[in-house]
Amino acid sequence: MNNNITTIIKKEFARFFGDKRMVFTTVIMPGLLIYIIYSFVVGGIRDTFESDKDYRPKVYVQQMPQLLQPMFEALEMDITDATTTDIESIKPLIENKDIELLVAFPTDFDSAMANYDISDSTLAAPNVLIYSNVTNMESGKAETVVRSILSSYEETICNKFNINALTDETANEEFNLATDEDFMGQILSAMLPFMLIIFLYSGCMAVAPESIAGEKERGTIATLLVTPMNRSHLAFGKIISLSFIALISGLSSFLGVILSLPKFMGSAMEGMPTNIYTTSDYLLILGIILSTVLVLISVISIISAYAKTVKEASTLVLPLMLIIMIVGIPSTIGGGNAQTAISWYFIPIYNSIQAMTGVFSFSYSLINVATTIAINIVYAAAFSYVLAKMFNSEKIMFAK
Amino acid sequence: METILVAEGLKKTFSLSRKQQKLEKTNSKTKVAVDNLSFSAYKGEIFGLLGPNGAGKTTTLRMIASLIRPDQGDVVVDGFSVVKDPQKVRERIGFLTSELKLEDFFTPNYLFDFFSELYGIDPTTRNERKQKLFSRFGIEKFAEVKVANLSTGMKQKVSLAISLVHDPDIIIFDEPTNGLDVLTAKTVTDYLLELRNMGKSIILSTHIFSLVEKVCDRVGVVIDGRMAACDTLEQIRNGKSLEDRFFDIYSEMKGGNDE
Ligand SMILES: Nc1ncnc2c1ncn2[C@@H]1O[C@H](COP(=O)(O)OP(=O)(O)OP(=O)(O)O)[C@@H](O)[C@H]1O
Ligand SMILES: [Mg+2]
Repeated sequence: MNNNITTIIKKEFARFFGDKRMVFTTVIMPGLLIYIIYSFVVGGIRDTFESDKDYRPKVYVQQMPQLLQPMFEALEMDITDATTTDIESIKPLIENKDIELLVAFPTDFDSAMANYDISDSTLAAPNVLIYSNVTNMESGKAETVVRSILSSYEETICNKFNINALTDETANEEFNLATDEDFMGQILSAMLPFMLIIFLYSGCMAVAPESIAGEKERGTIATLLVTPMNRSHLAFGKIISLSFIALISGLSSFLGVILSLPKFMGSAMEGMPTNIYTTSDYLLILGIILSTVLVLISVISIISAYAKTVKEASTLVLPLMLIIMIVGIPSTIGGGNAQTAISWYFIPIYNSIQAMTGVFSFSYSLINVATTIAINIVYAAAFSYVLAKMFNSEKIMFAK
Repeated sequence: METILVAEGLKKTFSLSRKQQKLEKTNSKTKVAVDNLSFSAYKGEIFGLLGPNGAGKTTTLRMIASLIRPDQGDVVVDGFSVVKDPQKVRERIGFLTSELKLEDFFTPNYLFDFFSELYGIDPTTRNERKQKLFSRFGIEKFAEVKVANLSTGMKQKVSLAISLVHDPDIIIFDEPTNGLDVLTAKTVTDYLLELRNMGKSIILSTHIFSLVEKVCDRVGVVIDGRMAACDTLEQIRNGKSLEDRFFDIYSEMKGGNDE
């Protein structure tokens, strides 16, 4: 690499890594904060909503049909026979969350059911009453369980056909054909690319305006422009070093998310494989991320070079954040399915999100990913050229 | 005498922002900062651009240093045109002005090495030069102190040392003693004479008559962006004090050119 580029890179690194406060606020803090917020605050909130596994809901039953009795008794519930108690006096118990549920069968439920004929419209079907309390989570859960028992009972008595019935032949058959990898991939592909871009963007925001608009504001870049150094070397040196710093800052945040993911997702993640990607998947992701950071840094650098102060630069880059949001959010809602047409991969930022979505969901085409990386590098090179031109422009560098 | 620098018909017009228009109390959208200015400087001499505030001295020096481009005219520095060959010019000059700042975060020692690298100076030469310059200006004790914590005078001395990392033959100083106490100012003016004795050519700008009288071989008096007079110090003074002569030239110029 050109000597001057290396000199600039070395200086930028010395500036950044020599400043403990800066390293802390841009690299360590974001990841740490995200980890703490996600795993303790969000995780904590979720825990309070998630019920105690050992809790046995209290269920009152009136006139329990004999055929159903064993089914109810098999449940992890405290079943109380309340046939002789008045319904009106049980309701307050549910309201006050003293008990979870009341299931009231009509008298002669078994015979009424047997006599019921679906084609005879003069007969009413026997009606089971279930009282619950939506503000009580345990009550809601108990209701769901009871309802499913009743409807499967209803299915068995008027059996016309079965769905996925367990017979000797099918006992070992897995009917949900999605693998654990697929499920995990779907979660990650929907969420992670967008989050990654946002984190990388904040990483870039933390370093580029300070290094370019800041140097301009403080008059230190003029000192560099007096030297015979080629302006494009200055541009390259800045973009390469800032990209690296932004990358580790963005990856710190990302690490914070990954590490807090198990806590954040709670039991949904239990038993999920964590190591579902191959080395080449990771390499592709790394390539996409690297090329994306180059694009982001070079764009923010151009805006920063145009601005007169760091403050102005930070204001001017806000619309860019908005654009990234607009480009990124549809991909998240899209539910983890990447675009297949190659033309989408010519749009910077959008291409990165799509390419990452593809890799994360195991449905990428190598050509699209390669196009993304190549296109990003072309954009970054073009933007570097513009930046070099700006460094050469007295109107921009010495504006008063 | 060998000319080392020729400025020929330099012109620079700035467009004024609304804020600047108010500041300059004018309705005109442009300001002619330098207007058809020409002069030559000779090898081994100290050439002074003398003029009041806003005369266009800094603008002229920035054009010579190739930081900004002249709208018209050219400067040939040691055979290279600032318009066609700015990089070659930059290699040959040392430029010092108060608008060129050093990064607060770094130490004089680090910055000296950094700029040496940008000029492609090998480490042995660099260390020799650094040792000489740092001891000449008393920077040694502060070599590892961050620029942010240096006094104004020490900052100025460090800037001076760093503008000389590549041992240029042509040195351009904008107001070299501005904002310095008498002791520091003397260190700087003494050093200017030392540089001349080493055979360097120096172009400086100032509005301080005593500085010109003390160090300059030749003077150009700049008023309203134009060269009002340009000659040896002796010729310009013409037996009077420089200050008296300046007022003569000034009223002559203003009287003859009133719009
Ligand atoms: N970038 C700029 N934009 C607009 N006007 C400018 C710019 N630079 C200089 N000027 C104007 O050009 C004129 C000459 O400025 P210059 O700085 O060259 O004067 P100077 O002789 O160095 O004055 P001083 O002694 O105050 O330093 C001034 O009126 C100044 O306001
Ligand atoms: Mg000036």
